[in-house]
Amino acid sequence: MTDKKKVSTEKRSKKGIFLRLSKYVLGQWPLFTVALALTLASNQLSLLGPRFSGAAIDAIEATGGVDFTSVWHNVTLMIACYAVSAVFAYLLSVVMVNLSQRITYRMRKQLFEKLTSLPVNYFDTHATGDIISHFGYDIDTINSTLSHDLIQVMTSLYTVIGSLLFMWQISKPMMIIFVLTIPVSVLLTRYRSRVVRPLFRKRAKKYGELNGFAEEMLTGSGTISAYGMQEEISSRFNKINGEAMDAFRNAEYQGAMLFPTINLVNNVSLSLVAIMGGILYMLSQNGTFLASSVFFITLGGVAQFVQYSRKFAGPINEFSNIIHEFQSAFSAAERVFTILDEAPEKEDDADAVGLDEVRGDVCLKEVSFGYTEDKTVLKNLSVTAKKGKTVAIVGPTGAGKTTVINLLMRFYDQQKGEITLDGIPSHKIKREDLRLAFTMVLQDTWLFCGTIYDNIVYGREDASPEEVYEAARSARIDSFIESLPDGYDTVLSDDGVNVSKGQKQLITIARAFLSKAPILILDEATSNVDSRTEIQIQTAMNELMKNKTCFVIAHRLSTIQNADTILVVKDGSIIEQGNHNELIKLGGFYSSLYNSQFS
Amino acid sequence: MKWILSYLKPLRKRIAVGVTFKMLGTVSELMIPFLLSYILENVIHTNKIQSILLFGGLMALFSLTACLGNIIANRMAAKTTMLFSTQMRRQLFSKTLHLSARNVDSFTIPSLEARITSDTYNVQNFIGMIQKMGIRAPILLLGGTVITLIMDNKLALVMIATLPVIFAVVYGISRMGVPLYSTVQRSVDSMVRVVREDAQGIRVIKALSKVKYENARYDKANLALKKNETRAATIMGVVNPIMTLLMNLGIVGVIGVSAYFVSQNRSSSTTVIAFMQYFTLISMAMMSLSRMFVMYTKCAASAKRISTVLECENELKPREDDGKGDSSLHVSFEKVSFSYLGKKNNVNNISFSLKKGESLGIIGPTGSGKTTVLRLLMRFYDPDSGIIRINGRDIRSYDANKLTRMFGVVFQNDFIYADSIKENIRFGRDISDEAITEAARIAQAHDFISSFAKGYSHKVSTGGTNLSGGQRQRVLISRAVATKPEILVLDDSSSALDYKTDANLRLALSKALPDSTVITVAQRVSSVKSCDLILVIDNGVIIGSGKHQELMESCSEYKEISDSQMGGALLD
Repeated sequence: MTDKKKVSTEKRSKKGIFLRLSKYVLGQWPLFTVALALTLASNQLSLLGPRFSGAAIDAIEATGGVDFTSVWHNVTLMIACYAVSAVFAYLLSVVMVNLSQRITYRMRKQLFEKLTSLPVNYFDTHATGDIISHFGYDIDTINSTLSHDLIQVMTSLYTVIGSLLFMWQISKPMMIIFVLTIPVSVLLTRYRSRVVRPLFRKRAKKYGELNGFAEEMLTGSGTISAYGMQEEISSRFNKINGEAMDAFRNAEYQGAMLFPTINLVNNVSLSLVAIMGGILYMLSQNGTFLASSVFFITLGGVAQFVQYSRKFAGPINEFSNIIHEFQSAFSAAERVFTILDEAPEKEDDADAVGLDEVRGDVCLKEVSFGYTEDKTVLKNLSVTAKKGKTVAIVGPTGAGKTTVINLLMRFYDQQKGEITLDGIPSHKIKREDLRLAFTMVLQDTWLFCGTIYDNIVYGREDASPEEVYEAARSARIDSFIESLPDGYDTVLSDDGVNVSKGQKQLITIARAFLSKAPILILDEATSNVDSRTEIQIQTAMNELMKNKTCFVIAHRLSTIQNADTILVVKDGSIIEQGNHNELIKLGGFYSSLYNSQFS
Repeated sequence: MKWILSYLKPLRKRIAVGVTFKMLGTVSELMIPFLLSYILENVIHTNKIQSILLFGGLMALFSLTACLGNIIANRMAAKTTMLFSTQMRRQLFSKTLHLSARNVDSFTIPSLEARITSDTYNVQNFIGMIQKMGIRAPILLLGGTVITLIMDNKLALVMIATLPVIFAVVYGISRMGVPLYSTVQRSVDSMVRVVREDAQGIRVIKALSKVKYENARYDKANLALKKNETRAATIMGVVNPIMTLLMNLGIVGVIGVSAYFVSQNRSSSTTVIAFMQYFTLISMAMMSLSRMFVMYTKCAASAKRISTVLECENELKPREDDGKGDSSLHVSFEKVSFSYLGKKNNVNNISFSLKKGESLGIIGPTGSGKTTVLRLLMRFYDPDSGIIRINGRDIRSYDANKLTRMFGVVFQNDFIYADSIKENIRFGRDISDEAITEAARIAQAHDFISSFAKGYSHKVSTGGTNLSGGQRQRVLISRAVATKPEILVLDDSSSALDYKTDANLRLALSKALPDSTVITVAQRVSSVKSCDLILVIDNGVIIGSGKHQELMESCSEYKEISDSQMGGALLD
């Protein structure tokens, strides 16, 4: 265990994450190569532009009047450069979008397939919102870095180096003056990441709190007005609003420095370039510097230099932003890889057997289980349910009634003891076959966004339409479905047609009717449905229970009284076991609960 | 948008000062390329290094004033925006809480949330931006154009000709992007929905061995997302190359045309260098102007959504009492009918009366109108016909605050917020800790609260998710009884309690609040069994009324409900 952990943290070191991310990129090497080539070409061309404009200006300046041939030549070259460069830049963005979309598609696919292979425990211990954020926020962050920042880094590097080289070619002395301002830019970007960014983070956090508070309070707006607390709640909102606005102002106050200061640096360097360029040009013009001298410069040269210095400044100003984005992408990738490295549900044992015909004899022998090692939830539980018998599980909420179901379905494995199905230990049975021997109707009705038909046929894919309609009939939901304008093709979605909680429950019961499994797990819900639907549900459930071995989390007196065995669960353990009469005679917890309704 | 101006009015001095600094900064910025060209055009030929240094120094000086002017202006703008948004949110939130129930219904809660969170944010952003870019961009645009026109009007026209194209391209493509990205957003939503569904339904999926099916279902959503995102990005990717191309072509045009003019001595080559600088400034300004137009449409829509809330009128008007009530009755409904939508009556001809200290139970199927009766009593809505009286007086003649103070109420799935248990019970009212403990004892909550390590200071999470259903309900009941209200209203608020606790609660209530009139709405017969009066409601009509035993004999629906629930003692 510890060994494995070591390996996985090592795999997820900064370098490891980088290598793993690179593998995704290199997996798309043809596109990546094209992207690289396009970057180089497009940047080279746009770097050449100012050269030609410089040459054109020199041709305009030429002694003895404008040299039109040269001007038109250079202008044509400029247009060609810029046009081709624009086309390349666009192609590059298309290539990068495809590259990053392919990678994110693949990552999402892997992530999802991993997710569905994980044991149920993972879902019990991780909030749905967190899981979703890996598919949304995390992958988006990686995506934007791949599609945007990656090109920008390549472009920036090329632009910075290219501009420097050209500037160096044009005028070495001016270049030296120019380079003097670079450290100031770097200091500024550091200021941005050290001082300003934390303030903006705080601002975002405070906004989150503000919105959270507003949303929370609005859900209670009825209660707030019922208690006449509008003023009080408003004043609390004002306090949080004030804090958020202070955070906003602090961030803006410091942030307000940034762009003007960056501009200042750029403008000052422009002034220096102008002074230096002016002096050098003047001295070149009056013959002090010869054309062969390093100090010699033409007017076109000065113009070019100015343009390159502007080009150079862009990426330098963006530098710290990009670094930051890469960091976010790395931590997002780390979270994604953490899931990809989770251990999936254990493989079936090599000697696991398949099941053909299942009778439905279930037996638990001295089973002990706890969700954590230090807290045992079930202790030495032994129950036998022969084919067609009913086991009722009763007790207060949160007492651990669902644990028995978790073990029967092998969502969790017991730590001690044995569960057998038709005499075969359940861990010796192929998991898929074992689970298909059971039908579950749970209290949290689970329907997905899709048609009613798809939701019912989910119970058995090879069922014929007639069988689906028959199942709906057995669940007594057929007339409701047929009354809908789209009938069985009605799409169930959050904002779609109004299907009540009770009707949803009946649809899941219809799904269960399709399954031919000999064992039934039933959670008798006391959902807030009206009494007519309640009676419908009850009738449907009774129908479903016929001729099956049943494990029922029971709420109804009739179910409980008719059960062959009643398990009374309290505080996570089974405190009483027997049939109704036996338990009443026992005079314990069950009998006191039972009698309380008549007092 | 008008209301925005009225909010900005008190800030006008500050805004004026800020705008002045912004203008100062922007004009300084404009001077820099001008000086650059002046140096290259005139100073260089004077052959005086001092002059170059002087004008270079001036450039640096203007750089500095530009920087300072912008910093000061941006900071002032930050404060203006802060003052504005604080005020805007404060008003909007308070107004939202004071909306009548009917108004809340027509807006819907999620929409009101969106107005407070994202709409105010849009407006705030726009106000912040307009003070910076809104001043800067036009000055750069106008000033730049004027300077270039003065420097060389023909060349300037070449440049100005490209501006509408830049505007049209940026504005057009940004507008086009809106539907593209809403398609992307929809595919993101459906992709996320599959993840959410599967995370929640993993047991069903594994039980039915549907992993392959689900992977395929996800793949479909994932592919659609990939396709839509690629399409949106492919179209939006045009913007940057085109902008760069247009700007560069503008420069090429300037050079080409100037060659022609210079040859005729109508222009000088150094002007070209300055023009290139101005062109960059102006086209940047043009780009931010076009973006501002896009933002404006967004802001205007948000501003409108905010103002409809701010201007919303409360339809609950005070009304004189007719003096015909019987003051010996505590609560009475006289032939009350009401419809939410003005079509079918949701409650019809409801009449009953209660004396002080009596208890009323209301039972019936979901959607039958039970909760509506409570809402009418608390005057969330006014009835369409009939009169509701408390102590013989029409409730519409009461002062709203006085009326609410008579009640203690727990709604279905009522509101618990992220704070301590104590504060959730106190709910902002002036109630002593002793009274809170006493209320919790009555509500059968004291024992479980004391079992928390921090007792009454135990933090509850949003929506009370770290409490069980029964615990939540008991905290809510504590809240309702903490002021010993005249009328206690419990709407399906003990459904998660076991029968024993429920019975203890009813006993404690009748002991601690002997004079309070208690109204209980329930699905469970056992919760209303002992009431002095039970109403059975179906489809908004009273179909049975009386005590438990009477109803068992006279009302078949009541008997049916009662029989179907008798196993309930063993549930939770």
